[in-house]
Amino acid sequence: MRPFVFTQAQNQEQALAAAAANETAKYLGGGTNLIDLMKEDVERPSELIEVAGLGFQEIKSNQNGGYTLGAMLSNADTANHPDIRRHYPLLSMAMLSAATAQIRNMATNGGNLLQRTRCPYFYETSMPCNKREPGSGCGARNGMNALHAIFGWNEQCVAVNPSDMCVALAAIGAKVQVQRVNGTTRTIDFSDFHRLPGDQPEADNTLQPNELITAIELPKPAFSKHYYYLKIRERSSYAFALISVAAGLQIENGTIVRAGLAMGGVAHKPWKLTRAEEFLTGKLPQTKNFEQAAELAMREARPLEDNEYKVEMGKKAIVRALTQAYEKNA
Amino acid sequence: MNKIDPWDSPNANDRQLSVDEAKILDQLGLTGDSRRKFLSRVSAASLSVLASPFFTAEVFGKAISNNPAASPEELLNVILVDLRVNDTVKPLQLDSRMTLLDALRERLQLTGTKKGCDHGQCGACTVMIDGKRKLSCLTLAATCKGKEITTIEGLAGEDDLHPMQAAFLKHDGFQCGYCTPGQICSAVALLDEAKEGEASYVTEAVGEIKEDIQLSEEEIRERMSGNICRCGAYNNIVQAIMEVQSGEETPARWEFASAEQMKKAKSS
Repeated sequence: MRPFVFTQAQNQEQALAAAAANETAKYLGGGTNLIDLMKEDVERPSELIEVAGLGFQEIKSNQNGGYTLGAMLSNADTANHPDIRRHYPLLSMAMLSAATAQIRNMATNGGNLLQRTRCPYFYETSMPCNKREPGSGCGARNGMNALHAIFGWNEQCVAVNPSDMCVALAAIGAKVQVQRVNGTTRTIDFSDFHRLPGDQPEADNTLQPNELITAIELPKPAFSKHYYYLKIRERSSYAFALISVAAGLQIENGTIVRAGLAMGGVAHKPWKLTRAEEFLTGKLPQTKNFEQAAELAMREARPLEDNEYKVEMGKKAIVRALTQAYEKNA
Repeated sequence: MNKIDPWDSPNANDRQLSVDEAKILDQLGLTGDSRRKFLSRVSAASLSVLASPFFTAEVFGKAISNNPAASPEELLNVILVDLRVNDTVKPLQLDSRMTLLDALRERLQLTGTKKGCDHGQCGACTVMIDGKRKLSCLTLAATCKGKEITTIEGLAGEDDLHPMQAAFLKHDGFQCGYCTPGQICSAVALLDEAKEGEASYVTEAVGEIKEDIQLSEEEIRERMSGNICRCGAYNNIVQAIMEVQSGEETPARWEFASAEQMKKAKSS
């Protein structure tokens, strides 16, 4: 690992000032992804600013009738918080499907949003990768790309976002609160937080330099009764998703009045299935409607050479997740 | 050990034994003639192997800690950490890059915690930090100021093994043993999580909160998935954890074959 200066910030002002003073500094949360990437020589910060001790550990109700999650709280404590389990079981389920107990105890909520792709070409420094080294090319585009994107990719990058938590946050419709060095704050819609590769595949998200994530805002709970996080992977635990589906349904008098649907493992960002959500609204929770929603959702899929399987698997996963969500009762 | 080399003497009767060696032979029930015969046959090397259980961690620790630690000039971006491990505080000067795992093994000689993959994929380095199981290979020692770290060395009591350690022995929850310290630390923390009523991905209704949950085999397998065992001792590991969690003694699923069974197996 390359040498770096370790800075333990005592408060957020100190953390922000330290970040502003050094453009190659990085904030350190749980470190589960960043430290590993530093060992692999993929990330090369000259300074780590520890933010885990700054507070932002609370879960509290917010003015929208929802809850706000502190950015430095661990994934384990968030997923198991009684309010989250009761009101956002979809989020709990997605978070509990991720990684392992040890990693969930370490990883922070803010850090989860910033975890980087597990594309092997990104990790392997002898390979070309536009995300790691802009301009070097994409090794996966014509390489081994069975695990890669089917939506929103371009010639520059076909990597996928690895997070499970973020798929549920996309389905639920969260917002991200960030703090800036001048003391102001900013709130980013979750759908605008992560980005597609475009001509800047090195940028995973729309955070500006030095901005610090302080909280994740959840809207009023809608899917506490009918929810399911389906994660399809190569082994039944401790693996990244080939495809995952977060499905939430709000059903009143037998009719779907609201649907939250998002997919993981298919794009550079958590893939919100807006068209399918809209289609389902006002419909009966029946298999034929679920199937039609799945068709709509997958219509624009553009598979790569090795991942055509994801299109059919995606359709089936959507139907299954919706069915499970409907049949699940609290 | 303080002793005269006995192996130079042609007469076993003249050999002087260290206290440790005498203790081993006493425990083996070798006295008088048989002891002398044994001594004349046994090599120095094999006796040290027999002696190994009698070296305490303290003996090893002291011997090794005489080795000079890396001098501060060799360290980059030095940080000072009072590392609190198993109720003992050690002030350390460390390179900012040093992981908790390396600090435990290389600076405190607590080599029970194992380095498997060093990338957070195998769980061999699992320790408890403030009571939560975490990966010491992805934890910078610099972030451990003021935290309480428990390693495999800190689990047993003065005279007794931790119940989880005893259950791993009884149920043969290992083969090569390399992943075992991580498995045991993980399993100990798992029991606390179950007590707190924490859910897992396979928990039926996440929204229903109950404390003191009794874990099924499926639950244990899911919750232990961060600890890889390349020998594949999973069945026995699950068995050991189930016994400790339920508090009900279950017979071990294995036993040594008797001479008769061996004979039968050979003839069939």
